Parts: sequence; structure tokens; C-alpha cells
Amino acid sequence: MNTTQTDNNAIITIDDMHKWYGDFHVLKNINLTVTRGERIVICGPSGSGKSTLIRCINRLEEHQRGSIIVDGIELTNDLKNIEKIRAEVGMVFQHFNLFPHLTILENLTLGPIWVRKTPKKEAEATAMYYLEKVRIAEQAKKYPGQLSGGQQQRVAIARSLCMKPNVMLFDEPTSALDPEMVKEVLDVMISLARDGMTMLVVSHEMGFAKSVAHRVLFMDGGEILEENEPHAFFTAPQHERTKLFLSQILE
Amino acid sequence: MEKTLPTQPAELVKPPATDIGILGWLKANLFNGWFNSLLTVIVIYLIYLAAPSFIQWAFLDSSWAANSEQCKMAGAGACWSVITANIRFILFGFYPHDLQWRPLLAVVILVLLLVYSRNRSHWRKSLFYGWLVGLFVMGLLLKGGLFGLEPVESNNWGGLPLTLLLSVFGLTAAYPVGILLALGRQSKMAVIKSFCVVYIELIRGVPLISLLFMSSVVFPLFLPEGMVINKILRAQVAIILFTAAYIAEVVRGGLQGLDRGQYEAAEALGLNYFQTMRLIILPQALKIVIPPSVSILISAFKDTSLVVIIALYDLLKTTQTTLTDPKWMGYSAEAYIFVAMIYFVCCFFMSNYSRKLERELDTSR
Repeated sequence: MNTTQTDNNAIITIDDMHKWYGDFHVLKNINLTVTRGERIVICGPSGSGKSTLIRCINRLEEHQRGSIIVDGIELTNDLKNIEKIRAEVGMVFQHFNLFPHLTILENLTLGPIWVRKTPKKEAEATAMYYLEKVRIAEQAKKYPGQLSGGQQQRVAIARSLCMKPNVMLFDEPTSALDPEMVKEVLDVMISLARDGMTMLVVSHEMGFAKSVAHRVLFMDGGEILEENEPHAFFTAPQHERTKLFLSQILE
Repeated sequence: MEKTLPTQPAELVKPPATDIGILGWLKANLFNGWFNSLLTVIVIYLIYLAAPSFIQWAFLDSSWAANSEQCKMAGAGACWSVITANIRFILFGFYPHDLQWRPLLAVVILVLLLVYSRNRSHWRKSLFYGWLVGLFVMGLLLKGGLFGLEPVESNNWGGLPLTLLLSVFGLTAAYPVGILLALGRQSKMAVIKSFCVVYIELIRGVPLISLLFMSSVVFPLFLPEGMVINKILRAQVAIILFTAAYIAEVVRGGLQGLDRGQYEAAEALGLNYFQTMRLIILPQALKIVIPPSVSILISAFKDTSLVVIIALYDLLKTTQTTLTDPKWMGYSAEAYIFVAMIYFVCCFFMSNYSRKLERELDTSR
């Protein structure tokens, strides 16, 4: 009984997953189970494969060995499955990737209207709700190019939320921002965490990790070297590589 | 009656007169630096040399209504009556004389539709139906045979309607084909990709004239006996196929110019390939490539004059034919200036419109 319990509760199960770019082994033997409502921060030096890992979860990247199961659906080459999973998994990018030719409101309603087949009125109401939530509703009629970086990233988060995802992936959401804008984005992410969203966040924002993460993963050379709950992770890192990394970013 | 001039407070003091107004414009555009000033002086001098004699020839000494004898007597000035006397042949070619109101009306409908479609707020479904009806009416007017309109063989179509027909249809059909080819060239499916690459490279590797020639001379050899495909249609298809290959490469440039993140964001939302292309990628890519696309459309428009090679009488050919009439021989300057102006007006319309579109679609401000 106990095993089915955990299985039901797991929203992402990655088992013995490997990925290569040509000959280069980017991800090695990844095993990771994420339960519903869990918040995980992934850190590590650049080139360690942390972005690639979360991009595998909605198949922006393809893995070659092992399995990834998201919400009961295994990621294979079946396009229908991939589109279904992508609709369930929200993603926020380092460079926001808003659609510059559409207004903020259109950016938010596009997915619900075309993928979820939501009526336009309803999609717009949902969009305004989430724009309120990221405190940017007054900009709905503007174009992305007219907003600051921090505002754009908040819009990008709202855009993902409009799809009512079960999981949110964040790929270095604050590293392209000017320092004074980091906080406004982190605040939105923290309030999202309070609402119980399942989140996988690639980030070096250690304050964020300490305050909202259940677990912190450290990756290097394509492997998950260490994982622990935040307090233990920051105060008593086990691995030499982790110690070095932490000393470098915390100084 | 005398008023004292109000003394100006400091904040109303104007910038120096040489920086604003006409003087400012002159300074900024014609005389900024010694090199530009030199160029300006040289150009003014050249205009001074050329303009008076041109004005003398084109306007002061010219005759507008004289017949060819009188023109020859009059001597030095331009003989514009080569145009006025032959205007109907130049514009409509061998279309039966007393039916020429029909192609004229067709051209007027086409121009009205084009002008109306300039405004993007008019792009509604009704406009689409308007074009369908308009196209049908234009075809009917040219071809006849229905509603008591006397049928006219397409061999007799010529002049301006033929030029406009070949270019408007050629360009509107070539654009979507070009987009499909560009998408195909980026496809991950090897068969589609190689087909598109081979097609594009093959077509771009031959001159339009040879394509027209093949469509008119070689292609009929492969048709079963007795089957004839209209000559204009064959030329039209050749123009479409040719232009599409160039459009494809331009559009491909736009697709590659887009940030990879746009594809990823669209995919991450769960949009499928066609939605991604239609809603996200193409609107942005096509906007980027407006300037080079319009260059291609303009040159394709002018290239329609190459259909003379397969004995179609387009605008340029009817003009040339007029000049072979012994009465009007030797007035080629006047005749060519006239057609050049028609071509120029059309091309200017296109480039002007493209700039308008670019301004309207710019969302970065």
C-alpha cells in the first residue's frame, strides 16, 4: 500500500536518465522523484547540466536512455504525449521569451485559447487574474518591448500560470535581470510557493533556496552530486565540490 | 496703434536660427562637412546643366495633340502625341477597340481593391469575399462570354491589364508558395527538405527567360495531343515558380533571424508545429523580411516585361510595337518615359506601402 501511496504522490519520476550531445555525455545517471507540492532548487557551476535537466522534463531536450514520467505520462517521441505534458508543465526562461509581436494580454491568452480551447472571454478573465497576482495588470495592453526586464519576467510567469500547470520549471529566472529587479521576480515566485505550486528552480539565489525550497540539488559534470534539505545543504555540505562551489558564490 | 514688443523671458529664447527651420535642414542635410557641401555644389551644377534643356524639350517646345506630320515639322520639342494618339493600343494591346471599356473597368476595380486593402483595419472576412467577387468580375470582364458580354480570346489580352494580371497574381501566389518552401527547407524530414533545397537552387540557377521559354515551348511537348494550356496561364505559372524560390530564401533568412527562445516558449506552452509557425514564428519572421521581400516583389513586377519572349503583349511590348509604326518611329524617348512612369508609380506604391507596414507593425516603441 505504501508504494502506491508514494507513486500517486510523485508528479515527476526520472529513472536512470542519460543524455548525450553527440559524443558529449551531458547528463549521467539522473534519478529524481518530485512529489506534488515539492519545491526543489538546482544549483551548480555553468555547464553542469542543470538547465538541460529541467529542459528534458518538458522535452525541449530529448533524453536517450532511461525514463521520465510526468504526471503519469512517459515522455516518448509520441508528439501527442509531449504536447499534453507541455500544457501541464509551465516553463519560465532566463530571457523571458515573451512574444514581442503580441500584447501582454495576448501573450497570456494564446496558450489557453489555442491549446486548452478556452473561450476568449474566459481566457482573458484568467489572464487578468494572474496579471493582478504578479501586480502588473495595468500593463495588459502594452507590448513586451515596452516593459522592464523584471516586469517582463513577471509576465512570463503569469503566462505559464494561465495554462493552470501542475509543475513550474524555472530556468535561471533572475540571472538576466538588473540587480534591483531580482527581488520583484523572487517575490512572485515566493508567493507561488506559498500557494503550494510544485516548482523546480535552476537558480543561484541562495536566499530564495533557503526560504522556500524543500530540497537543494547540486549538480556538476552532468551528475547530481549532492542533495539535501536547505539548512543542512548550506551549513554542512558533504562533497568537496559542493563546498568549493558554495564558498565561491557565498563570499 | 503701435504695440510694444513683449520682452521675451529666458525660457522662450529660441535655438540659433541656423539649427532649426529651413536653414537647419540645409545645414543638417546638405552642408554638414566640406565633403557633403562639395557634393551638393556639384549636384546643383549638374542639375543646372541638365534641367533647362529637359524642361525646354519636355514642356516648352513639346506638342501634345499634333499628328505625326505636325510633330516632324515642329522639330526639336518632345512629341507627346505619340502617347495620346496611341494610348488605347499601349494600354490595351489588341483588345477589340469598342470593348476596351471592359479591361479599363477591370483595372479600375483592381486598383480600388488594392488601395482599399492598404489599410490594415479593413482586413476583415468581408474584404476577402470582396477580393473573390472582384477577381471573378475582373475575369468576366476580360474574358466575356457570360451575361451577354462578347467573348474575347486571351490571345488578344495585352498592355496594362496583362502586366497587372501577371504581377498581382504572380506575386500573391508566389508569396505563400515561398513560405511553404522556406518552412520545408527547415524541415527535419529529409525528403521534404531535400526537395525544397533542390527546387530552390534549381530555380534560382536559371534565368526567368529560360523558364518562360520552357513553359511556352518545351512544356507543351509533354502534353497529350490536342490538349492546350492557355499561354498566359503558363507564363503566370512560370513567374510564380520563379518568384517563389527567391521569396523562400528571404523568408528563410527571417526564420533564422528569430531567437531560438521564441520556438522554445511556444513549444513550452504546448502549441503544435502549425500553431507555433502561424501564431508565433511567421508573424515575426515575415515582419523582419518586409524590406527584402518588397525588393523581390518590385523586381518580379518589372520582370513580367520578359513575357515578350513568348509573344505576350504586355505594357512594354505594346509600347515598343507602337514605335515600329513608321508614323511614330523616332519618338521612343517620349514613349519610354511614359511607360517608365507607369512602372515607377506601381513600384513606388509597393515600397511606400512596405514602409507604412513596417511602421505599423513596430511594437518595440
